Amino acid sequence: MSDYKIEIKNLYKIFGPNDKSMVDRVANGMGKQELLDHHKHVLGLRDVNIGISANSINVIMGLSGSGKSTLIRHINRLIEPTVGEIIVDGDDVLAMNPERIRDFRRFGASMVFQKFGLMPHRTVLENCMYGLNIQGVETGKAEKRANHWLDRVGLSGFENRYPAQLSGGMQQRVGLARALATDADILLMDEAFSALDPLIRADMQGILLDLQNELHKTIVFITHDLDEALRIGDDIAILRDGELIQKGNPQSIVLKPANDYVADFTKDVNRARVLTLNTLSHESGTEEGLPLNSDLSIEEAMQEMIVSDHNLVTVMKEGKSIGQVSLNDMVAAIAKPKTSQTGASNAYR
Amino acid sequence: MDFLTKFPAMERADLRDLKKGIDSSFKEFSRSWGESIEVFFDPLFYFLVRFEKLLLATPWPIIILIVAALSYLGSRSWKLSLGAAVSFLLIGYLGMWNNTMSTVALISVATIICIALGIPIGIAMSKSDRLQAMITPVLDIMQTIPIFVYLLPVVMLLGIGKVPGLIAVCVYAMPPIVRLTNLGLRLVDKEILEAADAFGSNYRQRLFSVQLPLALPNIFAGVNQTIMMALAMVVIASMIGVKGLGVPVLQSIQNQYLALGLMNGLAIVALAIIFDRVSQQYGKRLQRHREGGNDV
Repeated sequence: MSDYKIEIKNLYKIFGPNDKSMVDRVANGMGKQELLDHHKHVLGLRDVNIGISANSINVIMGLSGSGKSTLIRHINRLIEPTVGEIIVDGDDVLAMNPERIRDFRRFGASMVFQKFGLMPHRTVLENCMYGLNIQGVETGKAEKRANHWLDRVGLSGFENRYPAQLSGGMQQRVGLARALATDADILLMDEAFSALDPLIRADMQGILLDLQNELHKTIVFITHDLDEALRIGDDIAILRDGELIQKGNPQSIVLKPANDYVADFTKDVNRARVLTLNTLSHESGTEEGLPLNSDLSIEEAMQEMIVSDHNLVTVMKEGKSIGQVSLNDMVAAIAKPKTSQTGASNAYR
Repeated sequence: MDFLTKFPAMERADLRDLKKGIDSSFKEFSRSWGESIEVFFDPLFYFLVRFEKLLLATPWPIIILIVAALSYLGSRSWKLSLGAAVSFLLIGYLGMWNNTMSTVALISVATIICIALGIPIGIAMSKSDRLQAMITPVLDIMQTIPIFVYLLPVVMLLGIGKVPGLIAVCVYAMPPIVRLTNLGLRLVDKEILEAADAFGSNYRQRLFSVQLPLALPNIFAGVNQTIMMALAMVVIASMIGVKGLGVPVLQSIQNQYLALGLMNGLAIVALAIIFDRVSQQYGKRLQRHREGGNDV
């Protein structure tokens, strides 16, 4: 069938008493403000179509009010859509009865929350065991599995503390361990690191990437922070006012923004860290440069070049040369886009 | 201008007929149903009587030991436990032992009934806004209607004695626990409930593993209030034939026995303070997890 683990098709969400009757108006192009002013309904999502690939980190990015948190809650149906389809592994989530949806939440998809959502009356270990208790795993086994995941997120020794006794970063590690302990294929992360300070956030991103290298879960990650999206995302979807604007890998978002809105977002990004040799590589004669792997970022490549005193790189992929990149190419790629592009985007400020 | 100066009241004869109608139909009702209602409340009566007899038959040193032990279990404080024991010794020394046992029996049974009925009602109320809108005015009436007004039909139905007294106490004392259970459950953080849902909890799992434990401090405040209000009803319950510390207080009001009234009144106060402090300390201990710090 499809290559996607999760497929969201023609999804609309309108908040209000007569949401179903508003769909046609919205589909025919009525805007968010007009809908609110004339019909007192709030537009949450408009005709969203997203395919989410298995075993990768799919970031959904948008500013507050863009509908990203609403969207992620449709996947495990914490929010009922107005119309649309959500297909997970070929099953329509919206066709499930309450019993099946509970089973899907228990075994199929677990969730990490922005404000952690830990239970203050349960210890760290008991919190981590929550999903297993609900699954009906017997206590001894559940304790063992919970301990294993607490250890993986670096919290061994804290099992008997209460959440209020931990720092924010540690609390979210408990949230992550709790979600991983259920062994679900899908991990839904709703602004999971947004409440943490920058250093801790970078730390948590590192933990998540390390775990993902090994676990290969299907992760849907919501964020409002483009740097975070670019760092951890295999794939990024950008939402605005409930509409999907652009979807692609981090490099295509930075290099080919779909419109001024996205361009405005990406103009302050550290391009040297996002762009890889792969994207810049091109055939240029036979001149031999420093052989480097195509996955390296420009930043990393430049460090290597300075150390070994080269100004040309031969890009290697699976042992073969696929082209060259010169220092000049790199500088040109890192430089901010011209003012004509950013000038137009000021309209969005 | 007669219309403006004189209120257009119902004709006096009609009004009299209306009142008579209500009176006679209630009398009819109590004549035909009174006995079966009494039978319905029989288990309650036996329970109360047995409990009271048990307390009176138990040797006093054992009662004092139990009081001290329960106080300690609830509050984990030697001072409070010692204070409770001394209060009971003093009460016994001043000749109020039997009345105190009767009152303790009444309060305990009334509290158990209020908890057993009040918490489920509170849970149901927290689940449905419509039910909340229906029950809240009933609770308001239970708390504000003059006690004698609802004593009247109760006495007409069941006569005077222990059971009507118990019912009167329960009607007055139940609202706080219902209200605070409802409030406590509604105040539980929505994000935590969403987390419980996201992991696939069903209603029962959510209620017992998340909502009730988090609402416990509020529910406990409700239990505390219920006990206090039950104690406040002791004197009024004695007017319809309930034995206990209220009887001497009533006598002293009628005969101006200052010392008797004061002593029995202070005995009620002592009971109230012991119940209040112990249940409050216990409630506080339930929320230990709220404290930060690292001393586990």
